[in-house]
Amino acid sequence: MLNKKKLLRYFLFLVLGVFIFYYITPLYVMIVTSLKDMNEIREGNLFSLPNSINFESWKIAWSGRGEGTSDTFLKPYFFNSLKITIPALTLSTILGALNGYALTKWKFKGANLIFLLFLFGTFIPFQAILLPMARTLGFLGISNSPLGLILVHTVYGLGFTTLFFRNYYVSISDEIIKAAKVDGAGFFKIFFTILLPVSLPILVVTIIFQFTQIWNDFLFGVTFSFGENAPLQVALNNMVLTSASVKYYNVDMAAAIMAALPTLIIYVLAGNYFIKGLTAGSVKG
Amino acid sequence: MATLKIHNLEKKFKTVEVLKGINLDIVEGDFLVLLGPSGCGKSTLLNTIAGLEESNEGEIFIDDKLVNNIDPSERDIAFVFQSYALYPAMSVKENIIFGLKQRKIPREKIDQSLKDISELLKIKDLLDRKPAQLSGGQRQRVAMGRALVRDPKIFLFDEPLSNLDAKLRIEMRREIKKLHKKLKTTMVYVTHDQTEAMSLGTKIAIMNNGIIEQFDTPSNIYNKPDTVFVADFVGSPSMNFINGIIKKNNEEISFFPNNHEKNNEINLRNTNIKINSEKNVLFGIRPEHIFLKKEHAVRVVKDDNFFKIEVKPELHEYIGHEQIITFNYCDQEILGKFSSTIDIDLDRKMTLFIDLNNVSIFDQDTKKRI
Repeated sequence: MLNKKKLLRYFLFLVLGVFIFYYITPLYVMIVTSLKDMNEIREGNLFSLPNSINFESWKIAWSGRGEGTSDTFLKPYFFNSLKITIPALTLSTILGALNGYALTKWKFKGANLIFLLFLFGTFIPFQAILLPMARTLGFLGISNSPLGLILVHTVYGLGFTTLFFRNYYVSISDEIIKAAKVDGAGFFKIFFTILLPVSLPILVVTIIFQFTQIWNDFLFGVTFSFGENAPLQVALNNMVLTSASVKYYNVDMAAAIMAALPTLIIYVLAGNYFIKGLTAGSVKG
Repeated sequence: MATLKIHNLEKKFKTVEVLKGINLDIVEGDFLVLLGPSGCGKSTLLNTIAGLEESNEGEIFIDDKLVNNIDPSERDIAFVFQSYALYPAMSVKENIIFGLKQRKIPREKIDQSLKDISELLKIKDLLDRKPAQLSGGQRQRVAMGRALVRDPKIFLFDEPLSNLDAKLRIEMRREIKKLHKKLKTTMVYVTHDQTEAMSLGTKIAIMNNGIIEQFDTPSNIYNKPDTVFVADFVGSPSMNFINGIIKKNNEEISFFPNNHEKNNEINLRNTNIKINSEKNVLFGIRPEHIFLKKEHAVRVVKDDNFFKIEVKPELHEYIGHEQIITFNYCDQEILGKFSSTIDIDLDRKMTLFIDLNNVSIFDQDTKKRI
């Protein structure tokens, strides 16, 4: 019996090992390639370590070669993305929290129907809202601007953030809210002094989720913006695709890593909370 | 300190009627207990008094002031919840003074009230802790403190002891009783525990299915239940109900149990029941009002108002300080409760004495006391 158990355990580790290898290999190739120069890439092996650590391609990916107008590099687009992500993230999180709070603690007629509609909103595929949204942005006069993308991401994210907060607040006792009402606190007072201080786990979940969504978005970015207003992921695509004659694999890899880095950093910093927040039903008030 | 009047209160959740015409009237210093099985509407009634639920019909007066359309925070009430409902992110101190701060009460006064309350409830050492760092009993105290510090006209309690273990519950029950004795504030208390209700209340309202079955003093609830429901709900084990009829014969009224044999009838001497000829009834007698010997009756009996019945013991339950015996009386089960110091021979028929002063007769159709 014991041997069988041990055998199963080894098998488990083997499977896990295969998966780790499978997931880590591309990252490894990206990193080593980004540190090689072009000669080494052409002559060498895909998996071999670089002869010398060389950050030249990172520099080029970030701020360009200084070769005039046709040169695409990430720096300005990185800040474009920040300009879109931070307001959209903040807005959708705050509104989602307020929605979740109102839907659970200030139940009104039709609250369940409205929640259902929010839930339905999370199932709408990206492509389905492209045309109506393009019309809306045009009508508002904010197409091809950070403002337009902020609106798109806020609206599209609202379904998810509302769902997160609603499910979290449902587990918090209604009696706490009643007690605060008897104590004389109003809608916002209760939200800010009583609910928000215990919302950290779900806040972190929402922030990670929304940051990843907005930062990594390509479709909305490529549809609703172009040229110098494009977000980072669109710029990355342009950069990789428009290199006319020679493919600079090292620069492409460095740029791809840079584009992914903020999400990675957020996961590393807050990942622990992410796990906790996902199982938030068990959190005791 | 205040009076509370409730007039014809009705409440519906969609199509379900939860409260069907509630009338209550308590005076200053009363301790009203709302007692009933779960789902009877007692918590809804309490929430409606607090203003946390809106009523569909009827009026609520606190100190003769109509409060139907007044916000909970303006009603001058304090509420103690079943789950304690402490604010999780605040310390004990912040929890207690939150309501005072909302009311913009001057700092010195808040500090003074906080000091008084924490001394009264012995929670001085807990003031800087968070609710999560408190035990159940301590949370209970803090919840009480949060209510007390406001010095409201009426205290409302929603099953405040039901989350505590049995020993602590009895302790806290006594503390609430002492508190009421000291403060003499009007209190309304919801519970499904009859012992709690009996020990705390100066008035008890027994609720069932959205109506009040009886609103009376604890002793009247126990000794003179208005309805079969009240008689059955209060007391453990509950009252025996013997099916039968009462008949009038030469100005004397007698009870004939179903399946009765000769001489089985119970002559209800000194009764003030008035009937024309006969009626189907339930004969109610509590297990503790049945005796093996007349001398066992604690009450000093002047009029010797006992009736002898012949029964066969069927089941014996020993529960420490007392024993409960199930008898067969005219093919109906009745329970007797005796001190466990008495030896009882279960193998033969025996004679029991029913204390006729403590008999309740109910109409079988209306389920009401005659």
